Amino acid sequence: MSSSRLVVGVDVGGTYTDVFVLDETTGNLKVAKVPSTVSDQSQGFIAGIAEGAGDFSDISTVVHGTTVGTNALLERKGAKTGIITTRGFRDVLEMRRRDRPTTWGLWGMFEPVVTRDCRLEIDERTLTDGTVRTEVDLDQVRIAARQLLSEGCTAVCIFFINGYANSHNELLAAQAVREIWPNPHVTAATEILPEIREFERCSTATLNAYLQPVVANYLEKLKKGLRNEGASADVMIVQSNGGVMNVDTAKLMPVRTALSGPAAGVIAAQRIAGAAGFNNVITCDMGGTSFDVSLISNGESALAAQTEIDFGLVVRAPMIEISTIGAGGGSIAHVDKGGLLEVGPESAGSDPGPVAYGLGNHRPTVTDANIVLGRINADRPIGGKIERLDLEAAKSAIEKEIAKPLGISAMDAAEAIIRIANAKMAGAIRLISIERGHDPKQFAAMPFGGGGSLHTGALMNEIGLAAAIVPRYPGITSAIGCVVADMRMDLVQTVNTLLDDLDFDAMRGLMDRIASDLEATLKQSEAVLTAIERQFEFDMLYLGQTHTIAVSAASDPADLTLQSLAKSFEITYLDAYGRLLEGVKMRVVNLRVAVIGKRPRLDLSGFTPPATKTTEQCLTGQRKIWHGGIEHTADVYERLDLPAGSTIEGPALAEQPDATIFIDPGLKAETDQYGNLIITRQEQSDG
Amino acid sequence: MIDPVTLAILKGRLEQIVDEMDATLFRSAFNPIIAEAHDASHGFYDAAGGDTLVQGKSGLPIFVGIMAFAVKAVIGKAASDGNLADGDVYIFNDPYAGGSHLSDFRLVKPLFRNGQVFCYLASVGHWHDVGGNVPGNYNPVATECFQEGMLIPPVKLFTAGRYNQDIVDILSANSRLPGSLYGDLNGQINALDLGTKRLVELLDEFGDAVVLEALSMLKDRASKLMRSHIESLPDGVVSAEDFLDNDGIVDAPLKIALDLKISGATMEMDFSRSSPACRGPVNISKSTTIAACYVALKHLFGDVPANAGVLEPVSFVIDDASILAATAPKPVGGYTETILRLIDVVFQAVAQIAPERTNGCAYGTINALSIAGYRSNGSRWVMFSFFGGGHGGHPNGDGLSHGNAPISTATIPPLEILEAAYPIMFTQWALRPDSGGDGKHRGGLGAIYEIELLEEHADAFLFGERGRFAPPGVLGGCSGALNRFTYDTGNGPKSPPMASKMVGIKLERGQRVRLETPGGGGYGPPEERSDEARARDIELGYVTGKLQ
Repeated sequence: MSSSRLVVGVDVGGTYTDVFVLDETTGNLKVAKVPSTVSDQSQGFIAGIAEGAGDFSDISTVVHGTTVGTNALLERKGAKTGIITTRGFRDVLEMRRRDRPTTWGLWGMFEPVVTRDCRLEIDERTLTDGTVRTEVDLDQVRIAARQLLSEGCTAVCIFFINGYANSHNELLAAQAVREIWPNPHVTAATEILPEIREFERCSTATLNAYLQPVVANYLEKLKKGLRNEGASADVMIVQSNGGVMNVDTAKLMPVRTALSGPAAGVIAAQRIAGAAGFNNVITCDMGGTSFDVSLISNGESALAAQTEIDFGLVVRAPMIEISTIGAGGGSIAHVDKGGLLEVGPESAGSDPGPVAYGLGNHRPTVTDANIVLGRINADRPIGGKIERLDLEAAKSAIEKEIAKPLGISAMDAAEAIIRIANAKMAGAIRLISIERGHDPKQFAAMPFGGGGSLHTGALMNEIGLAAAIVPRYPGITSAIGCVVADMRMDLVQTVNTLLDDLDFDAMRGLMDRIASDLEATLKQSEAVLTAIERQFEFDMLYLGQTHTIAVSAASDPADLTLQSLAKSFEITYLDAYGRLLEGVKMRVVNLRVAVIGKRPRLDLSGFTPPATKTTEQCLTGQRKIWHGGIEHTADVYERLDLPAGSTIEGPALAEQPDATIFIDPGLKAETDQYGNLIITRQEQSDG
Repeated sequence: MIDPVTLAILKGRLEQIVDEMDATLFRSAFNPIIAEAHDASHGFYDAAGGDTLVQGKSGLPIFVGIMAFAVKAVIGKAASDGNLADGDVYIFNDPYAGGSHLSDFRLVKPLFRNGQVFCYLASVGHWHDVGGNVPGNYNPVATECFQEGMLIPPVKLFTAGRYNQDIVDILSANSRLPGSLYGDLNGQINALDLGTKRLVELLDEFGDAVVLEALSMLKDRASKLMRSHIESLPDGVVSAEDFLDNDGIVDAPLKIALDLKISGATMEMDFSRSSPACRGPVNISKSTTIAACYVALKHLFGDVPANAGVLEPVSFVIDDASILAATAPKPVGGYTETILRLIDVVFQAVAQIAPERTNGCAYGTINALSIAGYRSNGSRWVMFSFFGGGHGGHPNGDGLSHGNAPISTATIPPLEILEAAYPIMFTQWALRPDSGGDGKHRGGLGAIYEIELLEEHADAFLFGERGRFAPPGVLGGCSGALNRFTYDTGNGPKSPPMASKMVGIKLERGQRVRLETPGGGGYGPPEERSDEARARDIELGYVTGKLQ
């Protein structure tokens, strides 16, 4: 074993698996990109690490942002799952909160992930104050479990009404099921979310069970794959809230990975853009199948308490707010029956991928259009899976599928595909910025993912953004995020007591105990931590209300008193609503504990470009490109060699192994000290 | 002329402010009808005529149209008072001057800029209890509005920024739940404060003239789009009729009839053939009728922006003696039932000329159920909630099961929240098999809710509909199941004589009430339903195959 100590970030996307390697002893950085292996993502995972890290025995930690959970939810490809629940309540999951998908229009549809025949009821009942009115009938529970097994279920969720108030019956049932269930995929709802609101708890826990076999099997495969290569590395997984957890926790709580990959990208963007002086950023992650946008305002990304992955698929766990639409490099363009050009949501992914890959897809994609327009270099495909892109095949597919039916030229058809894709992406950005009252002029776009930086200029112009900041390695941003993200463990416990009646000694003990448990889990991993932070919050309200506000408490439980908590509540309430309610009692609903293990700050000076070449020396040639209906000659630069302070003017292309940056006519790109390309308008140049 | 990007930004900013007002009230309100069911709304309204300028996405759709009339009422009152000042806030619930029913309290506040009213901000929320004969105020046997609760005309809650405690004292003294009233009232004031602050920031940033112009452009856009939709429909007249079970006093059906006339880019909605005003509480005011038509049109033409422009190409014929043009003191407490029927006839009429736009009727009743009594410690409690049912089958597929009413976007409070707040226990909360109307695309399922009393005594009250006339399908689709309410007070299950309306059912500890709500109507003839879909319905128990 050499003296290296490598931390490896791995992001598996629909098209590519990205790897970022930090050598903690030398500070050296390395990146790699290999095609994803869709049928078994763990193969691409291992291949990527082999390419990035070389010697597996040098690896101390692998941090992984995964889309396995996300994809299983979106494509409804989780395990066949059953629910065992209180008699009278098997339809909670399907009845939701009696909502509909859109305010206007009554054409909603909903398919729950657990079909009605696999939701079984047993006798038990707990009341709202925690009293067990009917003891759980464990014989019925066992019969139900066996029935679900015979139906072919491989995961099960046990969800009892009012379990948050007293989990006695639910945990007894879970124990009984675990004794006969042939695998560990048994979720008790209160173990995931001991919080009042039956639908939200049931949905979150059921989705957890639904994901358990898929995610656990995948993580097992990764560990085995690493062991086979001689790595004893610790594996950690990025959670939707942007913090990381260890594999054992991830196997128990896979629902926390629902937005794992995208969250890692936002964390990296926040760090990189902040260092470059941009605090208002819209991140645009364009992968093979989807386009994810997220807003960072004043350096902070918003956390949502709950997310609806799709109508009725509610996950209640803190998550970085990310919006997704189906537009990526692999999105397929077609002309519909009405003669209208459509792009996506169907995608060719990376396998078979765009027509130009020559792997069996014959329908043109966004990437094919970019190749035909000269924006992607056919002789230099990113990722290394393909030797050369088949420009002619891409062009003839566009000719046949798009240009002929529309009666236009192939070049016009290719540009139309890009315009439609851009308009879809611009719409997604408008939704999270303009439509929420943010002025786009105050924001910079930060593209990442392999294809995003081909479209940034068009998005800048269409939405009126001030600038774009293309990070040094746009194709591997999520992998970088894996390496820079802090470790984090969360727990929420429903308390539901009047503030005046709260036993503060017991509460301080509970806070200490939960935090110590979380910290112990955190310390199971060997990752280097520079500090450990404890955060305590109480969800509180005035007696009579049903919505809580989050009140921060001191980081040391010993400082918690009735007076300090009442004061904190009033300050927070006043800030939120502008007036206090005199003489109304306060209630403490939940205790929230987060333990954060701070990871070493990644020194971004590792990204500083070498000053070995002048801008002119980075010019590798010229290429004919098509833009705005006419042909241009664009200078092509070797992006990673561009020295800090250099400026190039569009139309131009900057190429690097994991991405191509298109600088539209009228725009210019300046390289900053961390190797970012800052794209602005030419006319603003000296203003 | 404002450029399109600025217009888009302003549209987003304005809607964002109103959404934030909605959210502020939802989070700080006390009663679950606002906090959980979102029976509230906010908006900005025209300074001169009260027309809706901006409406949030999360507020109750039916309030969109109604609030404009409410603001008009305040404009009229302020003109006769003659002393409107900066910092004034009017409060009222007069259903004849601004629609809906007594439970909905409105706060209307002028926003002054340079000494002139720039626009009005308004907040409406459904309060938990406003007096009257029935806790929760859905009194199915009211014959005058005085039995439905206190009636407050537009009066000043704030006079030039000074809070009039006397008004609040009067309101509190007339409610069974003054604490809840105090919390909700404060929540609405919070929302108006926040809206004022945000709107002033916006005006300072963009300038008053620019924002005014943007508002007028948005309204023009809505009316233009609406005209183009109407123009795509064939000229001529189509008719539809539907019925209410009864008015709670006289057990006779009440007709809601629509003759819909399309002529070029304009539409006339003629309700002349509807029943005359009735004795019981299912009358609605003319303004409420118009607001309900607005909701129906927005469901059919969802891309038209939500502002007064929607109704610009639409005219109405409503007889003054009609059930759809009530005046004081006709009871209006059950207004939700009548407006749901109005929406149903609009869908049924449009199905005849634009089948690709319409759907089977939704469950069509709000099912306002209240259970009230005293706890052993002497404190009073009132559980009041609305319950869900199935949506109609539609061109894309089967209807949604357990949806919310078309007039609202309300979610149902979690049963765990209801159990934590009141001495009741749900013994069932389930889908109701066989309740969706058969059809090429089946109606969604209604629900079964069964509730047991955990205290010594309580009284139960129900205000529902569709107990005699089921939600119709369209284009050959069958009707959904009828609404069914039963209660067991010791001598076996009983049903109310008026089908779905009843007051003062005496419950003892351990006794139960059971509500089985309608499913939606089907879309298209049952013969066209696929064998696979039928097999799946049986396998999953959506349909039992047993004779009903």
